[in-house]
Order: sequence, then structure tokens, then C-alpha cells
Amino acid sequence: MRALEATDLIYIVLAARWTLLLSLAAFLGGGGGGLLVALARTSEYKWLRIVSAGYIKLFQGTPLLMQLFLAFFVPGLFALSVDPWTAAALGLSLNASAFLGEIWRGAIEAVPRGQWEAATSLGLRYAPTMGLVVAPQAVKIAIPPTVGFLVELIKGTSLTSIIGFVELTRAAQVVNNATFRAFTIFAVTALVYYIICRPLSAYGRRLEERLRIATR
Amino acid sequence: MSYEFDFTDVFAAWPELLQGLTATLILSALGMIIGMAVSVAGALGKTSGPAWLRWVINEYIELIRNTPLLIQIFVIYFGLPVLGFRLSSNAAALLALVVNVGAYGIEIIRAGIESIQKGQIEAGRALGLRPLLIFRFIVLKPAIQAIYPSLTSLFIMLLLNTSVCSVIAATELTAVASNIQSRNFRSFEIYFVVTLMYLGLSIFFWTVFAAIERAFLRIPTR
Repeated sequence: MRALEATDLIYIVLAARWTLLLSLAAFLGGGGGGLLVALARTSEYKWLRIVSAGYIKLFQGTPLLMQLFLAFFVPGLFALSVDPWTAAALGLSLNASAFLGEIWRGAIEAVPRGQWEAATSLGLRYAPTMGLVVAPQAVKIAIPPTVGFLVELIKGTSLTSIIGFVELTRAAQVVNNATFRAFTIFAVTALVYYIICRPLSAYGRRLEERLRIATR
Repeated sequence: MSYEFDFTDVFAAWPELLQGLTATLILSALGMIIGMAVSVAGALGKTSGPAWLRWVINEYIELIRNTPLLIQIFVIYFGLPVLGFRLSSNAAALLALVVNVGAYGIEIIRAGIESIQKGQIEAGRALGLRPLLIFRFIVLKPAIQAIYPSLTSLFIMLLLNTSVCSVIAATELTAVASNIQSRNFRSFEIYFVVTLMYLGLSIFFWTVFAAIERAFLRIPTR
């Protein structure tokens, strides 16, 4: 037991860079995967639609903590040992790919049916229709909820402290174990998350508002 | 693949897992019931309270929605004793879940309250309907229809969030799984089975909620 010093709080605040890096990695990984999931969910092949729907439900119906545990232990079955960073990035990426896939499916389906029909009647096949006609309109609709999900993802990174990845939450626990000034330490930690997430939430809401006015 | 799967230890611990499952369900149910009380009170405060109260409720919502549940649990379980409030791990878990679910519930209930249309109530009066009938068919039912999907998603979110409470060694399913795992080191098998248990719970509730919606909350198509 020692006194809580300014350096401890600086250590906690600096650990936020791992939270942000992990969020970024999971967003990039999840974004790539989510694109595939969204395309599969809106595909012309029924089996692809069913498989991708199951994939989404699997992640929506189980706790993120369990997904992270499995990301940590499953590679061990193949005699691969993963460090906490890899397990965290893998688990969060898979989770994000399911949620973003579902969000982006909604955006693709929000594009009026007539746009597909018009493109088809112009003789465009699936790929150019999707790429040149539907996707550009879907992106506009998808941005606000994507920003909203980013907040969920950043909050989700705190659970990776449980599988041993040292980010903001884990750094706070380390300092707490040495100083026992729990209230101050976790309040400061909450504040750091709040400073990161609140502007994003507000931005997402503003974008949503603007989209609603534009599409009225 | 050199790994030998062995589920015998998992099945041996079956009674414990069932206790954990029960604790998870109790935690979810209590969290939802008390959380809904908080949500209704907060929504009423936000729609018809004085300006300062609306500000306080808004800030509470923003604070909870923009910080991780895990940190909320730590503040309540480790932070509050410093200020002189000591809670058992299960009580701290429940309080954290209520505080968390309330922040989401207030917005849902508020949207329900705001979806009620005055003109509809007036039309009911003009038709000579008794106040009780007006409340039941013109106020309550459409409001429930409007918020039902959000409320059911919120409950599933709460159910899955209970697993985070395992970090303060509450008695729910994930904590039980971690205990068993620390005894026999069958990490993959335990977490795999427990993940399936959660999935089973989610599917069960999705199905029940959909059935209730079909039976009672059909929105008549024009």
C-alpha cells in the first residue's frame, strides 16, 4: 500500500492509447468482416443469407466476455498460443463484424427497391448495381449508426482487461491494487472513457438528425 | 489437432452450472424490474419535471451510456466502500445493472410516452368511451406496441451483461464457469458449454418475446 500520486493518474490516462489502438484494430478488422457479412445477408443466394444470419445471431446472443474467453482459448486447441493483444483484437473484430454486418445490412435494405430495378433495367449486373448504385446511397444511411456502434466497441475494449490485456481498465486496476484509492481511481477512469465516448455519441446523434432532415 | 477434448469435468459440474444459470436469471429479472421502475420515474421526470431535474437525468444518461459497465461495477463495488457504502458482490452487481439499464430504459419509455397522440384520446372521448377504455386501448396498447421491440432488446442486453458481473465474483453463470475452470483447467470446454447456455437463453427469450408480440401486440394493418 502506497500513496496515490500524479504519476499514477498519468499512467492511467496514457493507458487509454491501448484502448484506442485496440478499438481501431477491431474497427478495421470488424469493418472488413462486416462488409462481407452485410453482402452475405443481402445476397441472391438463400444459403448465404441463412448462414450469415446465424453468424450474427451467434454474436448477438452471447456475452462479449464469453466471446473474448473463447478467442483466448480456442487458438490453444490448435497448439497456437496467443497473447492477450491478439486474442482481444480477434475477439472484438469478430464481434464487431457481426454487429456492423447487421447495421450495414439495414442500410443496404433501406435503399429503395426501385434503385435496384432501375439499375437492372439499364442492363447492370449485380456487382456494378451494388457498387455504383446501391452502396453509395447505403453508406450515407450507415454512417450514423456506425458511429454509434463505435462507442459500444470502445466500451467493449474494457472487457479485454479480464483476459489480461493492459488497457485503460487494467491500468486502473493495477494502480488500485497498489494504492487502494478505488473511488478516485475508477472515477478518473470513467471520466477518461466519457471524454472519449461522449463527443462520438453526440456526433452520431447529430448525423442521424441531419440524415432525417435530408430524407424527409 | 493434438488437443484431447474432455467434457467429463464439465458434466460433473452440471449442478453448479445450473445454480449459476438460476442466479443469472434472477439477476436479470430483478435488474429489469427495478430498472424499469427507474426508467419510468426518469422518463416522467424528463418529460414533465423542472428544468434542473431534466438536466440531471440527461447527464445521468450520458454518463452511463458513455462509460463501460465494467467501470460502473468497479465504482460501485470498490469505490463506494471508500465513501462508506459497503455492498455484497451480488448487491453491487444488481445495483450496477439497474443503474445501467435505467439509462437506456428512460429513453425508451420517454419515446413511448411521446408516441401517445392527444388527438386520439380526444377522438376516444368524442366517441363516448369511458376513461378506463381510453387508457387501455388508446394510450397503453399503442405505447406498448411502440416500445416493445426496444424493451425486449434491452432485456437481452441486460441478460448478456450479467456475465460482466463475474469480475466481482458474484454467483452468476460466468463466475461459476471461472470457478470450475480454475479447479480443473478445462477452459475451452467450460466456456464453450457456458457460451451455448447463454445462446440457449437468448434464443429462448427471442422466441417467447416474438410469440407474445404475435399473440397480443399485432398492429392491425390498414
